[in-house]
Amino acid sequence: MSRPRSQAEYLARLVPPSVAGLNRRSLLAGAAGAGALLGTGLLAGCGSDSDSGAGSKTVSVGSNASDPTPKDVLAKLASGFQSKSGVTVNINTVDHNTFQENINNYLQGKPDDVFTWFAGYRMRFFAAKGLAGDVSDVWGKLSGFSDAFKKASTGDDGKQYFVPASYYPWAVFYRKSVWQQRGYQVPKTLDEFNRLGAQMKKDGLNPIAFADKDGWPAMGTFDILNLRINGYQFHVDLMAGKEAWTSDKVKKVFDTWAGLLPLHQPDALGRTWQEAAQSLQQKKSGMYLLGLFVAQQFNENEQDDIDFFTFPEIDSTIGAKALDAPIDGYMMARKPKSEANAKKLLEYIGGVDAANVMVKGDPGTLVANSGGDTSGYTALKKKAAELVGSATEIAQFLDRDTRPDFASTVMIPALQQFIKDPKDISGLLTSIENQKKSIFTS
Amino acid sequence: MSDLPLVQADRAVPPPAATTATRGRGRRLRLLSGTDRVVITLMVLVPLLLVVALVWLPALATVALSGTNWDGIGPLADIDWVGLKNYDDVVNIYPPFGPAIQNNLLWLAALFVVATPFGMFLAVLLDKELRGGRFYQTALYLPVVLSLALIGFVWQLIYSRDQGLLNALLGTQTDWYGDPNVNIWAVLFAAGWRHVGYIMLLYLAGLKGVDPSLREAAAVDGSSEVSTFFRVVFPVLRPINIIVLVVTVIESLRAFDLVWVINKGRNGLELISALVTANVVGEASRIGFGSALATIMLVVSLVFITLYLFTVMREDRR
Repeated sequence: MSRPRSQAEYLARLVPPSVAGLNRRSLLAGAAGAGALLGTGLLAGCGSDSDSGAGSKTVSVGSNASDPTPKDVLAKLASGFQSKSGVTVNINTVDHNTFQENINNYLQGKPDDVFTWFAGYRMRFFAAKGLAGDVSDVWGKLSGFSDAFKKASTGDDGKQYFVPASYYPWAVFYRKSVWQQRGYQVPKTLDEFNRLGAQMKKDGLNPIAFADKDGWPAMGTFDILNLRINGYQFHVDLMAGKEAWTSDKVKKVFDTWAGLLPLHQPDALGRTWQEAAQSLQQKKSGMYLLGLFVAQQFNENEQDDIDFFTFPEIDSTIGAKALDAPIDGYMMARKPKSEANAKKLLEYIGGVDAANVMVKGDPGTLVANSGGDTSGYTALKKKAAELVGSATEIAQFLDRDTRPDFASTVMIPALQQFIKDPKDISGLLTSIENQKKSIFTS
Repeated sequence: MSDLPLVQADRAVPPPAATTATRGRGRRLRLLSGTDRVVITLMVLVPLLLVVALVWLPALATVALSGTNWDGIGPLADIDWVGLKNYDDVVNIYPPFGPAIQNNLLWLAALFVVATPFGMFLAVLLDKELRGGRFYQTALYLPVVLSLALIGFVWQLIYSRDQGLLNALLGTQTDWYGDPNVNIWAVLFAAGWRHVGYIMLLYLAGLKGVDPSLREAAAVDGSSEVSTFFRVVFPVLRPINIIVLVVTVIESLRAFDLVWVINKGRNGLELISALVTANVVGEASRIGFGSALATIMLVVSLVFITLYLFTVMREDRR
């Protein structure tokens, strides 16, 4: 589950898959039927294609970019690549949500040569299962990516399986005008943060806008507290199932969170992130920890009034340099019909020309390649890019850094349970640990 | 002897004729032509194959998969058999399971005790041919035409804590969908809103079919409106009552869309169907675990199916 980037996408995911049409079962049935009918013929076709791969003139892209803007950007990238290399790009666009839900079947069937996906455990998981192609040699030709991006594109075996395209950082957002009027200062430590919250409460504001009806926004709060209290490596190990949820380290994260909860907007479980963002926009809330996409909920003329700071330091030995900044990008199928063309395309997508196309085409995201011409960025986006550029480590968000089954079936209900009743932390952690053991060992 | 009920041969032919095999065969040839036999065989075989392939095999596969830890990736040969571990996990370490069972039962009770009698009451009122009756009828039936997913959207606009109609009208700040003590009732209200219209229509159709002379006779005997309904009309509606009962049980077992649209069946709105979906569909892909939940749901459904069949068959025998 990624965070929805637009209202259309958000609405699209409200529709249950049974209503939205294509679901896993029908896909399975279809795949089985098609496989039985065409299996041998198709497989033979694949074989001969990859033999003559260097000579073929097409490459296919499986895309989850079903919204107009990203779809348009990808079309522009495809035509840019075509005019440069003479290779035709066939784009198969699938509804964003459907694409994600069917990724297992898609990758085991006949995936496109190149497909859109996300960095983090989600990428490493499919790489480890042998469902993705090694693109290390493409990385040898890429430039303009920080080490953090390369780390986020690397599988468990040390090879690269992913080419980043865009990303968006998580930070604490606020309205400049409100802060100027009240004379608030950006907090540097947890104490200052608490004091600021108390002051806001006194001034009749919700200190921290908060929503968790959809289940994922609270993951951002957990992540940042965990990163500040226990550091990046612990985050990675905890997400990989190597650390115990019942440890004192995790307990401290929840204790700290419980201390901050009174500063959060009440009744978060019935509110969507859009509604919480609107309370910030309407100057009823003082700040909001969310991804950069929060800016969508502000009017055009208010964009310059949005500012942010990274979540303050809690432990001075850990610092405040790590953050969540989920990266979207592209991967290669394990056996592309034309490996040479697929790699050529990935090299183009990771290059400066493509970065410039993305900067111009999509005002909603930051471009991963630092070589891109970012003069078109708003002040907010420039600052966001600087923030990520100065980050020592970039986490991918809880649901992208751990097993998807654990994130959605265990962590979402558990975090909601915590928000509902923050008192029984050790009971909650025992429950998470029991479920984690069962899932990670199966 | 699959042709027996179709032609009722035991009445057409004296019983002794059926005792010897040769004569029996001759009799059947006389009653059914070759074409008939082909048609009957096809009519039995084709639906049978469809039911086996689309209902029984998937159901059995679900039961079989519930004993594995399959994640949907890799060949079937790689599946590990884990026995009853999934069931153990469901009952012992899966927190949403208890609330889900509870909510499913609550759903059944609410539809059965509140929504169904209310729908019947409205049907009786509308049957009186009030002025503008058709208008009320249409208004009450309208929700049934909408899909539950759409109903979910409509009620979100009403129930939203910060921007919803209800809180704006009442001047309250109730978290209708977020507070786990409140949201199940809020959702049940929305589900009942739809169910009432459905039940109303079924009863209305039934009431139109009641022989007016029965009511007249009751009126002549000096029976009041209320006792006429309960002692004369209601017993006549027996077939409708059974349909309504079945519809209500089915509706409450398959309840899903509404809670899924609202919050994917979490935080107070757990239902077995939503848990199955959350585990099986999508990237989560805990197919073994989800199958265990689905099997439990199958068993619960079987209880009601058995009860229903038992009642209907006893009915037939009478």
